[in-house]
Amino acid sequence: MVETLGIYRRLAFARVRADWQYRGPFIGYTITQGLISVLDFVQIAVIFGRVSSLQGWSVAEVAFLYGTSSVAFHIGDVFVSEVEFAPKRIRLGTFDSLLVRPMGAMVQLCADEFAFRRAGKLVQAVAILVWAMAAVSVAWTPARVGVFVMMLVAGTAIFGSIWVITSSLTFWMIEAGEVMNSFTYGSAFATEYPMVVFGRWLRRLFTFVVPAAFVNYYPALFVLGKSDRLGGPSWRRFASPFVAVVMVLLASFVWRLALRHYRSTGS
Amino acid sequence: MRLFWEVARRAFRRFSTYRSATFAGVFTNTVFGFIQAAILTAVFRQRATVGSFDVRDAVTFVFVSQGFLVVMGAFSGHLTLAERIVSGDVVTDLYRPVDLQLFELASDVGRAGFQCTVRAVVPLLCGGLAFDLRLPSAPRLWLLFAVSVALGIVTSFGHRFLVTLTTFWTLDYRAASQMATVVAMFFSGFAIPIVFFPDWLERFSRLLPYVGFAQIPIEILLGKLHGLDLVAALASQVAWAVVLLVLGRWVLARATHRVVVQGG
Amino acid sequence: MIISLEDVTKEFVVYRRAEGRWLRRERVRVRAVDGVSLSVSEGELVGYIGPNGAGKSTTIKMLTGILVPSSGVIRVAGVDPQRRRVELARRIGVVFGQRTQLWWDLPLRDSFDLLRYVYRVPSARHASNLDAFVSLLEMSSFMETPVRQLSLGQRMRGDLCAALLHDPSILYLDEPTIGLDVVSKARVREFLSAVNRERGVTVVLTTHDLSDVERLCSRLVVIDHGRVIQDGSVASIKDRFGEFRTVVVDLEEPGPPLVVPGAEVVKVDGPRQWVRFHRSATTAAAVVASIAATAKIRDLTIEEPDIEDVVTAVYRLGALSSPSGTARAQSPRE
Repeated sequence: MVETLGIYRRLAFARVRADWQYRGPFIGYTITQGLISVLDFVQIAVIFGRVSSLQGWSVAEVAFLYGTSSVAFHIGDVFVSEVEFAPKRIRLGTFDSLLVRPMGAMVQLCADEFAFRRAGKLVQAVAILVWAMAAVSVAWTPARVGVFVMMLVAGTAIFGSIWVITSSLTFWMIEAGEVMNSFTYGSAFATEYPMVVFGRWLRRLFTFVVPAAFVNYYPALFVLGKSDRLGGPSWRRFASPFVAVVMVLLASFVWRLALRHYRSTGS
Repeated sequence: MRLFWEVARRAFRRFSTYRSATFAGVFTNTVFGFIQAAILTAVFRQRATVGSFDVRDAVTFVFVSQGFLVVMGAFSGHLTLAERIVSGDVVTDLYRPVDLQLFELASDVGRAGFQCTVRAVVPLLCGGLAFDLRLPSAPRLWLLFAVSVALGIVTSFGHRFLVTLTTFWTLDYRAASQMATVVAMFFSGFAIPIVFFPDWLERFSRLLPYVGFAQIPIEILLGKLHGLDLVAALASQVAWAVVLLVLGRWVLARATHRVVVQGG
Repeated sequence: MIISLEDVTKEFVVYRRAEGRWLRRERVRVRAVDGVSLSVSEGELVGYIGPNGAGKSTTIKMLTGILVPSSGVIRVAGVDPQRRRVELARRIGVVFGQRTQLWWDLPLRDSFDLLRYVYRVPSARHASNLDAFVSLLEMSSFMETPVRQLSLGQRMRGDLCAALLHDPSILYLDEPTIGLDVVSKARVREFLSAVNRERGVTVVLTTHDLSDVERLCSRLVVIDHGRVIQDGSVASIKDRFGEFRTVVVDLEEPGPPLVVPGAEVVKVDGPRQWVRFHRSATTAAAVVASIAATAKIRDLTIEEPDIEDVVTAVYRLGALSSPSGTARAQSPRE
């Protein structure tokens, strides 16, 4: 395990070195991504220019949701989303070289396609989160701090698993890529806002189907000391780690299925 | 003129074959439409109107704009032309007796035309099933809407064409086109209807060409613009379209000069 | 047996769009590999040839664990490639002729460096292997060049080196000399021969270039329509399928074309004449005797059948006995 991480580090760094050769576009792209994500948050700022609270959530609290979701999402984006390049590699014929090496294909894929440029968005997410934590009024108890940390870890695992699952599904249908994007980016978008905002069906979707609500909403209810107007059971606030474990197992299983499919059909 | 319609027709047909991409795009637009509509509905639970919009206006806006995102070329840019510039293949285009800008405009019109049929309509239909929309019954408004959309397509093309031309100088189209796309999306009302902006920002936005991509056409559709305001809005679209196209031609001439004379 | 295939088949389901209709697609079953049984001993250098679409690449992919067979048993170095792919990957090296395994934007040296970590090769061993290969393949002049700037020949040498740095017991090559110039091809062949001889690496090579086969391989397996139609030493296949042999005779003085029963003179160049005969028509001894009776011979050699002709004959035979035929490949004269 440790060895694999070491190899991952070297391969990813090699990719960064390779990208660095095309310095101009690389830097330009990273900065652009950072600026783009700023406009992302501006939408929230604009809304709160018109109303002072959204279904009982203040701007700082919504920013907290935005920050936690965004940080979790973009950590996954930087380290794991690279699996989405699998279909491209299959099309170019370079996927086989991964299977010929004594390492898991997924680790190699994430390392080889390591997208450092996506870190631009992560910077903005962290900035917003830091601001939100300062602006929000929370009585920080050890329990709350623990849940907060766990929130980020579990959230990253959940979003990462969603990336892997959606990318794996494209092995069966390469054209499904964009539909999958709507699940990943859609859940990232939806989790910027409190679940109370959404209708019953959307809430159920994000709790039971694509459990993005466990990334930030439910634990945030505990951290921020808010009551859930939807009347969900209170144990949900602590369920994130379990959801994360289930999602990781599911992702690993689906990925293996996808690999097996590729190895049977070789398309 | 004949050539124009031929090219447009071909582009229309080509895009109609991208079945799975069309389906996927419609799906994404619909999902995002639902999420966005829910968010704005929540805002309107706190207050009855924002600017001249009420909740029905806002929700209608969301679904119509989601449908038109791709029509206005939000994500396509001019990738093929940009790639040809980077690889140098564009030189053959420049030597041909066909006007490059008109050629690209024709393909874009064809593409947008196709996408108006499926991608613009389906999200709206889906949204209509779940939400209470405000769509006019008067055909006159639909007609004006269509005119405004057409003007928006041309303006949007002019803008994207200019951005693509910067590739001649920077040789990297991704960063520039992404930035331009985001700015355009923001100021056109695609991200959030600009009536939500603080007053100063809204006034500033209305000076930009992007307003014609979504905000103006949809305001026309919602019946928010009458008489002089309506005329002024359409006129501003025409003016921007002309300005951007003319600017595009001028920049293209300079780029051509640079390539042909310097062989760069 | 370091490699063994027993009755291995691979079926693909291909969807073809039916004419005219939008949604209907017909499923067609294609057997890329149809009951291949084969075994390779350690240290052999095997040529695996066949026409396009014969099933060569599919077989190699199954041997390396990339593809899973539909039926049959495969064992490579005692291990089932489908189940223990990662473990097996340490003991094999693969070179794909048309795709590189090297890192495109980085200097060649960096690729070798990275592979040391990927394959967990002890640094001393890695360094000595690298030194040996760099000098054998004459790569020192371009070790710092990014792979994308290398010529095809240079890249192929890089790929060869990369595939062997971790001391694999088996090396698979899928069309390694394709597109290379004559000098590069020679270098590659020498290298493969040396590696096989000195390090005992078992080599399985698919190629369309039959001179690769002639110069390199001790054994030849011919596959067509997913079935093995010939399997034996190059010499024995030539022996069975080579239809024409040629006696090249140097006469004391130039003269008109010789008249030899059962043979014909195909080329005359001064005192040298090429006399070609069909194996069924006469023998080399008879031809030589006949020439000696009518002219003064200074020197002579006997040319074996051209490998291209031989293989064409094999393919033609294979085509005759498939797909409906069940006959095993036999010599046409038996």
